[in-house]
Amino acid sequence: MLTIKNLHAKADGNEILRGIDLTVNAGEVHAIMGPNGSGKSTLAHILAGREGYEITAGEVIYEGKDLLQMPPEERAREGIFLAFQYPVEIPGVNTTYFLKAALNAIRKHRGLPELDAMDFLALVKEKIKIVDMDQSLLNRPINEGFSGGEKKRNEVFQMALLDPKLAILDETDSGLDIDALKVVAGGVNALRGKERSMIVITHYQRLLDYIVPDYVHVLSDGRIVKSGDKRLAFELEEKGYAWLEVQPGS
Amino acid sequence: MNTEEAKDFYLARCADHEREKARGAESWTGEIRRDAIARFAALGFPTTRDEEWRYTSVAPIVKIPFAPAKGAADGIAGRQIEELGDAAANRLVFVNGKFSAPLSRLGPLPSGVIACSLAAAMSERRDKVEPHWGRYAGYRDQCFVALNTALADDGAFLFVPPRAVVEAPIHCVFISTAGNEATAAHPRSLIVLDGGSRATVVESYLNFDQTVYFNNAVTEVVVGNDGVLDHYKIQLESERAFHVATQQAQLGRGANFSSHSIALGGALTRNDVNAALDGEGGDCTLNGLYLTYGQQHVDNHTRIDHVQPRCTSRELYKGIMGGRSRGVFNGKIYVHKTAEKTDARQTNRNLLLSEEAWIDTKPQLEIYNNDVKCSHGSTIGQLDEDALFYLRARGIDPQAAIGLLTRGFAADITGRIKSASVARWVEKLLTEKIDLLSTDRGKL
Repeated sequence: MLTIKNLHAKADGNEILRGIDLTVNAGEVHAIMGPNGSGKSTLAHILAGREGYEITAGEVIYEGKDLLQMPPEERAREGIFLAFQYPVEIPGVNTTYFLKAALNAIRKHRGLPELDAMDFLALVKEKIKIVDMDQSLLNRPINEGFSGGEKKRNEVFQMALLDPKLAILDETDSGLDIDALKVVAGGVNALRGKERSMIVITHYQRLLDYIVPDYVHVLSDGRIVKSGDKRLAFELEEKGYAWLEVQPGS
Repeated sequence: MNTEEAKDFYLARCADHEREKARGAESWTGEIRRDAIARFAALGFPTTRDEEWRYTSVAPIVKIPFAPAKGAADGIAGRQIEELGDAAANRLVFVNGKFSAPLSRLGPLPSGVIACSLAAAMSERRDKVEPHWGRYAGYRDQCFVALNTALADDGAFLFVPPRAVVEAPIHCVFISTAGNEATAAHPRSLIVLDGGSRATVVESYLNFDQTVYFNNAVTEVVVGNDGVLDHYKIQLESERAFHVATQQAQLGRGANFSSHSIALGGALTRNDVNAALDGEGGDCTLNGLYLTYGQQHVDNHTRIDHVQPRCTSRELYKGIMGGRSRGVFNGKIYVHKTAEKTDARQTNRNLLLSEEAWIDTKPQLEIYNNDVKCSHGSTIGQLDEDALFYLRARGIDPQAAIGLLTRGFAADITGRIKSASVARWVEKLLTEKIDLLSTDRGKL
């Protein structure tokens, strides 16, 4: 589904990614762990199409297409979803209106008929259950006045609604208490499936107690320095990231 | 024409007009009209050296020898009025400055309410007009108000007697439809709410054929003790038209006045919205939204006079500017020595959508009493890149995303429109204009 080859990227002249190689097949859940500043969020942003990064080498192939050539909205329509670490508050833009516009843009791209208000609300009612979110939040402007937990639930709810093929969760656990974390992780688990792949970015092993990955990669200084299965996460929890930094490039 | 030639040109018009009015039922206005002509002769047209006109040159208006507007023209289809929908269910329609009875329509009104053309009221209900006409708008120091006072012919008149409540909005529609020559009209309206009465008034300036003309409008508003008036002005002139307008409100004790000034059209627009809180405990809200694109220029001047104690004023003006357009906000709050316990707040926020768009913003407080609570502030910004990316990352194309964010920016103002029919109409107009911002016409 996704192949990243030798990806190098700069931001403001500084090299952030220094040769990332990663292959994600359909239905797999990959966790990317790493210390602050290792390039985790940069990788997520580049995959979603955020401007402001200079790709200096490498390529990203998504379903046989050159992902880096697509604008962000096309990536979303092709099935890529980024759950933001810091979901932005957008005053004055109604959440329901926005989600209907987003869903219909994606459906149109996939050759599906656009949903009218009735069908859309029925779908919302069904999907909102998986994150146990108060539906009245959708009458508010996007994320405005939402608590940290509500923002993260809203991200996972949007993921459920937009039905992506590849979901990238950027530190979805940050800022959540344990109860909210369980709800959000439960929502993500409900969306796992044979056709859907996920990249779960996190600083802490804690999230991976609830979202159990197929593979774990450790990112350090812009490179994947170690890959393994879920046991790697436990090892990191015990020994800390410093353990890896003394044996780079393994 | 240069400024001096233009002054002579208009003075000749004023003299003709005055001779004509002196013969008719409006001869009682003679003294004020002659005074206004004298003031216009003394003031002349402003230049950018004049502090109140620093950012707006009237040269484009002055150079065109506008013919007097000839009143109702054929060719205004009732259909175009019908398109205004519920917002214009009750309406007084003026075409090129003159009242059009066939296009107007009024539902039942409470007893004692008068809603008609000002020309008719001036001759038939002089008792209701004379105590107010020309008493509030400052023709002695404002050139365009002087010119309007001298040349005014027709406009809307609304009188609401004590304690009467007019539920449905009364919509005063001013349509300009110039023929082959560029014309000027000087619409003059008067709204009088007597003690404890309530009404909603919409004043709109529309055009259906993108012609060149000049509207120089003055609206005087009186809200008596404990009266409540919601006023909406929708300026949707032709992109080639000139619009200069002054709205002057006089508020009594405990009066509540809200003004919403929505400027969406015109090549050059100058809007003065002034209110005097002249009775204890009055409440004044001035909201404004201006959207410009292409090479449009819009200048908003507001002045709130806190004359009496314990009055509140809230002001929020928001601007959206694209293309190479230019905006001005100049808001003054003047707290008189007599106005203790004044509570005044003023905010101006601007969103620039292009590199070439420009805004001059100048909030001003002048305070002559120590026991007051006043604040003001202004901001200028661009679209939030994070918000834009968020929307695009959900599949929304950039143009639609910009539209959503821009409408979101305006929602602060549109959300404060209390009349549902007016709110729907304004939302529709705004969406059309925001769509235009991204086209070639909006960018040039």
